[in-house]
Amino acid sequence: MLAKVRGLASALLYAVALAAAPTPASAQTVRIGVINSYSGFVAQIADEMQKGIDLYVKDHEKDLPPGVKVELIRRDDTSKPDVGKRVAQELIARDNVQLLTGVILSPVAAAVAPLTAEAKIPFVITNAAGVAIPRLSPYVVRVSFTLWQESDPIGKWAAQQGWKTAYTAVSDFIPGHDSEAAFIKGFTDGGGKIIGSVRFPPDNPDFTPFIQRVRDAKPDVAFLWVPAGPQATAIMKAAQELGLRQAGIHITSTQDLLPDEELPNIGDAALGLVTSGTYSVAAQRPANLAFLAAWKAAYGAKAIPDFASVDGYDGMAMIFDMIEATKGKFTADQAMVFFKNWKDPNSPRGPIMIDPETRDIVQNIYIRKVEKLGGKLANVEIATIPMVKDPWKALHPAK
Amino acid sequence: MNSALSAALSVGFHGLAFAMVLYLISVGLSVTMGMMGFINLAHGVFAMAGGYVMTGLINDHGAPFAVAATAAAVAVALASIPVERLLYRRLYGGDELDQVLLTMGLVFMSGAAAHYLRGPVQQPLRLPHSLGGGVELGFGEFSLYDSLLIVCGALLATALWLGLERSRFGAQIRAAVDNLRMAQSVGIDTSRLFSLTFALGSGLAGLGGGLGSNLITIAPGYALDNLVYFLIVVAIGGLGSIRGPFVAAMLIGVADSACDYLVPQFGAFFIYAMTMALLLWRPRGLFGRA
Amino acid sequence: MTGGTGPDARSAAIEAFARRHRYRPAEALPWLAALAGYFLFPGYLPLAAQILATILFALSADLVLGYAGIVTLGQAAFFGAGAYTAGILAAHGWGEPITGLVAAAAAAALVGFLSGLLILRSSGLTLLMQTLVVAAMLAAAANQASAVTGGDDGLQGMEVWPIFGHFAFGLYGRTAFFYCLVVLFLCWLAVRRLVHSAFGRSLTGIRENGARMRAIGAPVMGRRLAVYTISAALAGVSGALVAQTTGLVALDSLGLERSGTVLIMLIIGGVGRLYGGFIGVPLYMIAQDRFSTVEPVYWYFWVGLLMVLLASFARGGVLGLIDRLWPRGR
Repeated sequence: MLAKVRGLASALLYAVALAAAPTPASAQTVRIGVINSYSGFVAQIADEMQKGIDLYVKDHEKDLPPGVKVELIRRDDTSKPDVGKRVAQELIARDNVQLLTGVILSPVAAAVAPLTAEAKIPFVITNAAGVAIPRLSPYVVRVSFTLWQESDPIGKWAAQQGWKTAYTAVSDFIPGHDSEAAFIKGFTDGGGKIIGSVRFPPDNPDFTPFIQRVRDAKPDVAFLWVPAGPQATAIMKAAQELGLRQAGIHITSTQDLLPDEELPNIGDAALGLVTSGTYSVAAQRPANLAFLAAWKAAYGAKAIPDFASVDGYDGMAMIFDMIEATKGKFTADQAMVFFKNWKDPNSPRGPIMIDPETRDIVQNIYIRKVEKLGGKLANVEIATIPMVKDPWKALHPAK
Repeated sequence: MNSALSAALSVGFHGLAFAMVLYLISVGLSVTMGMMGFINLAHGVFAMAGGYVMTGLINDHGAPFAVAATAAAVAVALASIPVERLLYRRLYGGDELDQVLLTMGLVFMSGAAAHYLRGPVQQPLRLPHSLGGGVELGFGEFSLYDSLLIVCGALLATALWLGLERSRFGAQIRAAVDNLRMAQSVGIDTSRLFSLTFALGSGLAGLGGGLGSNLITIAPGYALDNLVYFLIVVAIGGLGSIRGPFVAAMLIGVADSACDYLVPQFGAFFIYAMTMALLLWRPRGLFGRA
Repeated sequence: MTGGTGPDARSAAIEAFARRHRYRPAEALPWLAALAGYFLFPGYLPLAAQILATILFALSADLVLGYAGIVTLGQAAFFGAGAYTAGILAAHGWGEPITGLVAAAAAAALVGFLSGLLILRSSGLTLLMQTLVVAAMLAAAANQASAVTGGDDGLQGMEVWPIFGHFAFGLYGRTAFFYCLVVLFLCWLAVRRLVHSAFGRSLTGIRENGARMRAIGAPVMGRRLAVYTISAALAGVSGALVAQTTGLVALDSLGLERSGTVLIMLIIGGVGRLYGGFIGVPLYMIAQDRFSTVEPVYWYFWVGLLMVLLASFARGGVLGLIDRLWPRGR
């Protein structure tokens, strides 16, 4: 009983302290909740995204209108949707955030989205790629990518190479399913045939049996999809050990298979592989060179950004643009109108914009090939498909 | 070469390599649980620690492979001694629930500590070039590293068996497993025996964790995520023996690889079903002695 | 304990024993505290609702661990069975909460009954292993049936209807709070009745000395199975409560971490005392909530340390501590 009273008392004290916290009267602080997966199997990508977010804020705080400040409140969803939902609830009800951003995992984004509709809080998704998520709430806008946007083009490209048969091996969760479905559509539209598919657990470490299946099926091309990070290196290693390419099987995927920060670890096994993607460190456009310089200045010469970093960076850019346009005073609906019509012709990824009808990102998709540049491996952009909208939404119109 | 046969060989080979890792990790658990009658759910922590030491030495300090592996085994063995003396010893012969509570607590602490020290991301094993790639074995091409695992595992298993059957220390272990009271009454210092056996078992687990780090990823959740698998090997094999976990590890390793190949969407369901059936048929495991 | 052996002492002892089951004023405390919480902490109602649902889960674990003496690390199997039942119903067009609860209880009870039949003859490590394996099998099956359960993504598209057509579940958690409170209260009443009945007392006998109970003809296996099934049903209800109030079900509802943490929450409060969960669960979950604004992952370090200390030094939890400080006659 004593313990219970003590517990109540401390909680009471905390509540009083919270209520008494001063709200800034003269300064206008825009509070933004950042929900990220700091722990769990996507932690590496989460770290890249956070660094991108932080870099933009650091470099552009001074550009905010006078008297306006931005406060980021970070919370960890520990890669679980129920924790993500609870954390979002707390950010909205207790911390009174005006915007939510971040989120890596699609199930977490799907859990948070309905809350944003009920509470009318704009939600700027900077990674989670599940195609249907913007439809879950009118307050969701996404600046990252969808797997359909990336995988459909590479499927078509693979068919164009004259490859007739394909085998898909993907991670068994939403982004994996999306990439599989989109690749299959692109490949079969181009005249190819899918001879088999396998899905492996999302945090699976041991790819050998699955690669063995691919090898035994003897397709012309194998579409291997894993979440970007150490798993990409692991699956490439298994492919190398089992001699997939030596057996005459081509490998292709989206940028998740050969993320820029893992290329050094994957090594020469990646040479010549072609993937589709939204961003490569090797891109020579001026906006990217400036971004890389700022990145290395902030995080050291050895730090390598990837597409998640740029997505986080661009997300903050959009939010900052909105804050500047509204001088820090905005309603949720005003913010959404701004977001829906936002464009940036000079992102490190190239030109990007939001599609006002779907509130999803429209961007260039690059076909890239791994080559050696100055002795180091790089994803070199060899072709560009301009301003690709998410094909899934066109195929599945909202009712 | 018939492709179904070559697939079976490839999967079997890989399963054998996985089995060796499972064996190295679980054999210590089987012997110590049989000897002390102590429910040790934290055994995976030692395997994980070995994995972190080995990957840390190789990835961050460029240590040679063999040196890193040995260092992992020795470091974990030494570190296990104070754990056994200070924590486990108080609960020998005690309430089951207390043992579960203590060892689960260690599991939780280890996960958070690993996250704090090395971050949340899985630690890859950067093999030297000499150990990567494939090897032609007449009837097919197999991973060189898998072959290494199989050879190492077989050598260690033989060494353990010889040690158990032929050495004085082994005789003392067998005596203590069979009947602790009798062993004490013939003058065996069981308390010292426990510590040494525990250290040996933990060192082997550390070695298994390190060598197997590309099969069972080294990440903060290691000890909790793989607990059921290690316990299954021990429960099926039977407590207190070293033959038991060997056979059980073979069974589980090959079955797991085969399931991944044939029915990947079922995950470990068939492994669990098989375990349940075996435990109902033989509650003390296949070769249980304690 | 009343001293002496004269007729007065004996009748006093008999009276004390008979009075055991009557409600004491202190037992109203948890419910008063819950109502006070509603008024004092209106921003914390979603958390409070989860606490109430988890107390029910801990209560189910207390029945099986504290009263029947079955050490299990697989209680999440029943929690998850209930959660998925309620969740799948709500995701496929039947979102009525109360019937969802009943269905969840039935499904979980079935799992408990069938698995209990298989494993309750074992004991010690074998039993522990088997409880682990049952939960692991269910998790693997749920993953395989991903078309129905959502697999690793979790169940999507749950739509829970308002209770009695009127009280809808919303962002601020008011409905969820009272829903969980009422369900917990009803279940608690039932459990309290059970443990103070002859059935409950026979459980104590079975736990303390199963061999002797068998010798006097008590149906040991039958009783163990019955309490296992009841406990499973309660765990299933708590799983359904969590599913319905959060609108989410994921594979971790069947996982080892969930089984392990409910055990620790119960042990903190005190096992086998009926109220262990009422003390341990709020302490644990409130502390975790406060901690998680800082660094959620490292929370487990302190929990682990607490477990190690409790196992080594402080058997009996908070209630045990209270007993030692304020002994009272029973």
